[in-house]
Amino acid sequence: MGFEKFLFYVFAFITLWSSGMVVTRRNPVHAVLFLVLAFVTSAALWILLEAEFLGIVLVLVYVGAVMVLFLFVVMMLDVDMAILRANFTHYLPLGTFITVVMATEIFIVVGSENFGLVAFPAPEAVSMAVDNTRELGLSLYTIYIYPVEIASVILLVAIVAAIRLTLRQRPENKYVSPSNQVHVKRFDRVRLVKMASENSNFETPAKDTRLDDGVTK
Amino acid sequence: MQFDAANLTTILPEITILVTACLVLVVDLYLKEKNKDVNHKLSLFGLVIAVALTGVVGGGERVVFFDGNLVHDRISDLLKGSILIVSLFVFVYARSWLKDRNMLVGEFYVLGLFAVLGMLIMVSANSFLTIYLGLELQALCLYALVAFDRDSKKGAEAAMKYFVLGALGSGMLLYGISMIYGATGTIEFGQVAQAIAEKGLSNQVLVFGIVFLVIGIGFKFGAVPFHMWVPDIYEGAPTPAVLILGSAPKIAAFALAVRMLVDGLQNLHSDWHGMLLILAVLSMGLGNLVAIAQTNIKRMLAYSTISHVGFIFLGLLAGSNQGYASAMFYTIVYALMAAGAFGILLILSRKGFDVENLEDLKGLNDRDSWYAAMMAIVMFSMAGVPPTVGFMAKLLVLEAVIRIDLVWLALVAVIFSIIGAFYYLRVIKLIYFDRPMLNLPELVTTNGVRFAMTINGLALLMLGLFPTALLSLCQAAFV
Repeated sequence: MGFEKFLFYVFAFITLWSSGMVVTRRNPVHAVLFLVLAFVTSAALWILLEAEFLGIVLVLVYVGAVMVLFLFVVMMLDVDMAILRANFTHYLPLGTFITVVMATEIFIVVGSENFGLVAFPAPEAVSMAVDNTRELGLSLYTIYIYPVEIASVILLVAIVAAIRLTLRQRPENKYVSPSNQVHVKRFDRVRLVKMASENSNFETPAKDTRLDDGVTK
Repeated sequence: MQFDAANLTTILPEITILVTACLVLVVDLYLKEKNKDVNHKLSLFGLVIAVALTGVVGGGERVVFFDGNLVHDRISDLLKGSILIVSLFVFVYARSWLKDRNMLVGEFYVLGLFAVLGMLIMVSANSFLTIYLGLELQALCLYALVAFDRDSKKGAEAAMKYFVLGALGSGMLLYGISMIYGATGTIEFGQVAQAIAEKGLSNQVLVFGIVFLVIGIGFKFGAVPFHMWVPDIYEGAPTPAVLILGSAPKIAAFALAVRMLVDGLQNLHSDWHGMLLILAVLSMGLGNLVAIAQTNIKRMLAYSTISHVGFIFLGLLAGSNQGYASAMFYTIVYALMAAGAFGILLILSRKGFDVENLEDLKGLNDRDSWYAAMMAIVMFSMAGVPPTVGFMAKLLVLEAVIRIDLVWLALVAVIFSIIGAFYYLRVIKLIYFDRPMLNLPELVTTNGVRFAMTINGLALLMLGLFPTALLSLCQAAFV
């Protein structure tokens, strides 16, 4: 138990510290990288709670996919942090006051009195034969099949909405349709025009003699 | 677990809407620009079938399906039916506005139908998880619909505000749910109620959770002091989007409140009673007072929404079956009124011109006396003038409050509703006693829109004269 506890405090401290860094860093790229660190350490906390599957998924999905995309967006966008921070000191006193009051209240309620080991005794250790991932999958696709289906519809809506809001034909768009390119015929691009020669006085050059140069002489 | 296919028959309306939305999504790809009306017809067809199926599978005793995630009872039947019918009106009104602005695209119908699907899911949810997912499905569609006019800066700003505040509201709701789960160990409403009954009522964590639940409900309803987003979004969003988000989602928000507070936390009524009381008084007061100062009709209707939410809360906080039934009656009627009011705004708009200000309604009677009459009915009904249904709705809610001996509250409500009558009657004065502006083009509408608006307006009158039909349905839902 002792070593696990030690690990818990290490990871919990890193999570808190990196979360703090996320909101205080001046450089948005640094902030995103600290967020990645926060995610990784929370994944470690979940693994400590024996939720290995969720921990791994957190790293794979959030760190691997979402945060990388996020990093791209942050690098692409030219956000002027000075404007965003303009009123920071102005709102700081009120913000701090509200935060402190709320944090205290939450601490009183969510403290050890209501959520301690007395109210929530630690669950008994399960045998190694129980497969967490399997159990999770079983309950997801049996008991929670209805919510899972709803979640899938939500993802579909997210796709539709994102495409609707961003996909459009801009006049300055240089995009070329590959399908059109492939289906182009010679006749679409080259037109053979028969026309009379423009210069009627043009002297037809003497018989080209280059080829049989040395022969005629 | 054995899967029982009978589970699926209860969600046939939901399945119909889902299939229709997916069908529109695919069919839209193959439609030429001039045939986009097919989307419209398909959506209406799907909604009509869903209404019919709601009637077919409806009725019967309360049954829980899908391992406690879904419930089928009279509340869900009635609310599903009214959501679908209100949405029918919404789609009919929105068509010509979209067509004039080259926005009659499949995505509008897809997002609108998915929003309807989200509402249906919320209405019949039996666990915190399902209700939250339904809420998010509906909200996500509405965010996108508010930003639907991509070239409008105001629309983008409104969507951003809606998105951020909506996410904040959802976050509050989730935090509250996590507290309730922590205290009771379950997310199913029935089991939550059971756990509370067994463990006693004095749990600090539960009350703490309820605070956040009520804040979340307040956000979704747009009740004071969580109302800041309502006027800005009503003003900035394209009118069809406002029509969608101002009408049927109120019914879904009512379901959110009833499912969580009544199905799950009825035993803690004494705790949430006071919170709703504060929200109700503030909403009625601020909504009615600030609406007077508005010159923008969309903003005015936004503040009017806030005041109506106050009245709906009056019925809820009563905590009696009669109170819940009256709140349900009020919500359904309000959704119809909102659909009618925004429908008129859409009818009056034309290519290159949106009705934004109260002045745009001037002399409507000279331009089209039938629409003027319908708008007058809607306004009288919102003000609560007999014999329209708005009067019945207010009367029932007040009765519920008086029955729990809160006569002062009823008096406050009456006073604010008299103050509120001013700005509704001002609209009627503009319609009937002012000259229209010069050189206005003639009002052109299709027969379908005229037919729908006629039904919508006359329904408000008929329900006021013969309220028993709807009222008995509402009362039967809470027995």
